[in-house]
Amino acid sequence: MSNLGFLARTALKDSRKNRGKLFMFMSSIILGIAALVAINSFNYNLVEDIDEQALSLMGADLVVNSNRKIPENILDTLATLPGETASEIELFSMAYLPRIDETQFMRIKALEGDFPFYGKLKTEPADAHDIIKNGRYALVDEGMMLQYNLVVGDEIRLGNAFFEIGARLKNTFGAAGITSAFAPAVYISKEHIPVTDLVQPGSLLDYSLFYKLPKDYPIDQWKADRRKTFRNENVRVETLEDQKEDLEEAFSGLNYFLNLVALVSLLLGCIGVASSVFIYVKTKIPSIAVFRCLGMKGTQAFMIYFLQIVVLGLIGVVIGATLGSAIQVLIPMILTDLLPFEVQMGISWKAIFEGVFIGLIITILFALLPLVSIRNISPLRTLRASDDGEQKRDSLVYVIGVLILLSIFFFLWRLTAEPMTGLAFTGGLAIAFLLLFLVARFIMWAVKKFLPKQWNFVFRQGLSNLFRPNNQTQTLLVSIGLGTAVLTTLFIIQGLILENVSGMDAGNQPNIVLYGIESKQNDEVIKITKEHDMPILQNVPIVTMKVEGWKGKSKKEWQADTTQNTRFWAANREARVSYRDTLDKGELLIRGVMPGPPSTSNDSILISVDEGWARGLQVDIGDEIVWNVQGTRMKTYIAAIRKIEFKSMQTRFFVVFPTGVLEEAPQFQVMVTKSPDNETTAKFRSAIGRTFSNVSVIDLQSILVALNDILDKVSYIIKFMAAFSILTGLIVLISSLLLSKFQRIKEAVLLRTIGASRSQILKINATEYALLGSLSAATGILLALIGGYLLAKFQLELDFNIQWIPIFFVFLFVVALTVIIGMLNTREVVSKSPLEVLRKEVG
Amino acid sequence: MEYEAAKDDILQVENLSKTYRSGSNDLTVLQNVSFAINAGESVSIVGPSGSGKTTLLGLCAGLDKPTEGRVKLCGKHIVNLTEDQRAAIRNESVGFIFQNFQLIPTLTALENVMIPLELQGASGVKKISSDLLERVGLGERLDHYPSQLSGGEQQRVSLARAFCNAPKILFADEPTGNLDEDTSHGVESLLFDLNKEKGTTLIIVTHDLELAQKTNRIIKLRGGHVVEDNSTVKAEIQ
Repeated sequence: MSNLGFLARTALKDSRKNRGKLFMFMSSIILGIAALVAINSFNYNLVEDIDEQALSLMGADLVVNSNRKIPENILDTLATLPGETASEIELFSMAYLPRIDETQFMRIKALEGDFPFYGKLKTEPADAHDIIKNGRYALVDEGMMLQYNLVVGDEIRLGNAFFEIGARLKNTFGAAGITSAFAPAVYISKEHIPVTDLVQPGSLLDYSLFYKLPKDYPIDQWKADRRKTFRNENVRVETLEDQKEDLEEAFSGLNYFLNLVALVSLLLGCIGVASSVFIYVKTKIPSIAVFRCLGMKGTQAFMIYFLQIVVLGLIGVVIGATLGSAIQVLIPMILTDLLPFEVQMGISWKAIFEGVFIGLIITILFALLPLVSIRNISPLRTLRASDDGEQKRDSLVYVIGVLILLSIFFFLWRLTAEPMTGLAFTGGLAIAFLLLFLVARFIMWAVKKFLPKQWNFVFRQGLSNLFRPNNQTQTLLVSIGLGTAVLTTLFIIQGLILENVSGMDAGNQPNIVLYGIESKQNDEVIKITKEHDMPILQNVPIVTMKVEGWKGKSKKEWQADTTQNTRFWAANREARVSYRDTLDKGELLIRGVMPGPPSTSNDSILISVDEGWARGLQVDIGDEIVWNVQGTRMKTYIAAIRKIEFKSMQTRFFVVFPTGVLEEAPQFQVMVTKSPDNETTAKFRSAIGRTFSNVSVIDLQSILVALNDILDKVSYIIKFMAAFSILTGLIVLISSLLLSKFQRIKEAVLLRTIGASRSQILKINATEYALLGSLSAATGILLALIGGYLLAKFQLELDFNIQWIPIFFVFLFVVALTVIIGMLNTREVVSKSPLEVLRKEVG
Repeated sequence: MEYEAAKDDILQVENLSKTYRSGSNDLTVLQNVSFAINAGESVSIVGPSGSGKTTLLGLCAGLDKPTEGRVKLCGKHIVNLTEDQRAAIRNESVGFIFQNFQLIPTLTALENVMIPLELQGASGVKKISSDLLERVGLGERLDHYPSQLSGGEQQRVSLARAFCNAPKILFADEPTGNLDEDTSHGVESLLFDLNKEKGTTLIIVTHDLELAQKTNRIIKLRGGHVVEDNSTVKAEIQ
């Protein structure tokens, strides 16, 4: 481009009186960029910290883990590894606290050896973690000790054994998930496990082996070479690399979501920029026409304004990136309870560079949409100031539209590393934007078509502002609407999850499960339950067994067959089987007939299985399954396929035997009951805990509290991010209003000149903003309801019951905010004399 | 109306017509207009409102394209040129003065005057422009914005801008239409003085018969046709 210096100088001069206003337009992108940079800075810092801290989080170079005793062949394989070893048994059970007569469901971790090899168990008093090796001492979760006012030296009974609390425990090793929230950890020495008497057939156990390997030992290769062996035996083997991947993956879902919200904020900002630039160009038409008269080429005129937008865009983007780097510090504070370790916050140049790059590209592309029209502004506009609407659609606009979609697609592709996911997200965003645009167009058309002529002037005027030239209906509907949609979806989903879980104990649905009752204890447990006026809703026996073979082949033979694609989880897991002759509530017979007891001992044993389990093993009605029932081989045939509904605390069984087969096998009972209130629950738990050390009482209320806690923490960060969208929408609103201010002042002045009162003008504007706010909020909520329904139905598989009160408040909040900002803007128009306002705005 | 092209014609207009289409309706604003203007001539185009004066000016200056006919400006047929090619001719050879001044509100008086020469990439632009502003009596107001100047002053800035690229032909659309009588006289004197000094061809569209009298030739339009084009029109007006 020739004369670039002149164009740059002219751009600078021309922007002189508009810089403040122009910057306001560009400021819509600041929050979007800030959100993007903040999220990515946090994410990059997290990944960096995961790399640095994974070893001390894992505590070993290799962890081998199974929910049954590690099989001999695996132990032989592991014996070839050099270095130190340690082991752990983890199990869930009730703990009884004699001093305060309370019971608590706990995660017991019984250690042997010098685990952790890296990092350490943090305790209070410090360095007391080794005390468990010196006798019957326990390290008890700090949160639980605070909750029950326990002190070091108190006693805790685990199973049949009493332990002295040796120290408060500040951290644990190994994945915990939601269970840690309602089952706090306690560490003891593995040598005391036998005296607790907690390891029984059917106990929920987890066995781990830990290895400290020589530096540079090629453990990943070693694992890869034996992958099939481990998989066949259903043994999890985790190396440091796996741990890093797991940790990164655990946060990648949240990271995608937060990035998507940040992108929505950025796109909203960009729509604000495009609409502002559109109006800016309109105000510049006379100047551009003069430039053109004086011999400036269309492309030169375009360059003058393009340069202004690029420079201001860059400033906006840099401010956004700086702000983002600053607010990333807040994210770990918000996420503190969800993070496995303290994330070190530092400036992430990669995140800043990416934010600036993507921000600038998308901003410029959006700004180009209105800017390209400058090339076609006729010099004739100097002679005829009329608004000539005869300009043809510029084909460049379509090219830019495609470029915008492509850049969003590449951004999302890069984020999710999946082209199809990137495409789906881009499509979803495009549909959301398109839907809002269409609604806006429809509203404008409908208001224009059906504007009631008999209504009073003030209301008609406010309504007609929605479709008059230079209106901001589309921009505001899209920006405020999308912001509202993000916030409302959040409320809907959070509400649905809690509603679905808490709804589990509605009516006569059970809310307490007692697990691990020995057969001889069953009558006493029933008695205690009845004494508390609680019903026995389910009391079923459980027998543990393993699959040995099916359809004529042993498990080993199936595993050796590389041509089939059986999912071995169904065969490898220890099956917890019950026996009865009828269907349970919440079960549906899909095929076959529920089998009854075999009439003679020579009869075939017929069983019923869950459809998912059958699919996993690729078996159907009539197929043979051979079981190992604690040493006894048992051949069975599938007679029925059932579908199980997991919607209440009722226990569910993948495999059900008929009566008359397993009665003599070692077994334990599960009982399901319903407590009327929390007080009864506490008393009942305590009574059971005192009497039976091995029986675990799991109540829905504690799960609900734990779930609510986690959802609260997650939703906090989501709300934090949604605020960016809402704020961006508001900035777009403010800049749109400032942009149309001159036009509004002219209208208002004219109206005042011909006799309209101050209150009439205020009412006209209030009507317009209230309508804009309501329509935007309603459209956003509608979008959220559709999105929420689809998410609930197809992704989360939840019942779709909406809580309308929070949604109503979102609606009120958005409408009120729109009206307040709109009215603040109108204040200047009505509080000054027409002449003064006009003079100030001219030039 | 017949016309014969002369060697020193700076503007030749041949069978010029302009029709605006609005939906299914056609509105013909100019029909078969032909004339030629010699270099150095001063011509006024007069006629009642809606007679096509401003449309004719726009077509002659290459701001718009005719529906039919040809325009030769400064030796070049401009009708089939691209907008950018016409812009280049305007920048080199044409000056403009508008009724509503058309100054860029965000540029100072001096910066407004400098634009045409800066577009050419010329040197010494500031000196030429400030001399011209001095010449129109605004030497003290170089750094003032249009909003800080009176109407007469704004039109004088616009005169300086029109002459700064030493145009061969100057188009003026109602140059005194927005000014009071005294100010009008001042601007008119400047316009004609500069015209003489620089040897520029001057074409003025005006309602002001007194102003029209001061030009060598008057072309009278009515209903899109040239109804008079000679000094007889001047005599009639007198």
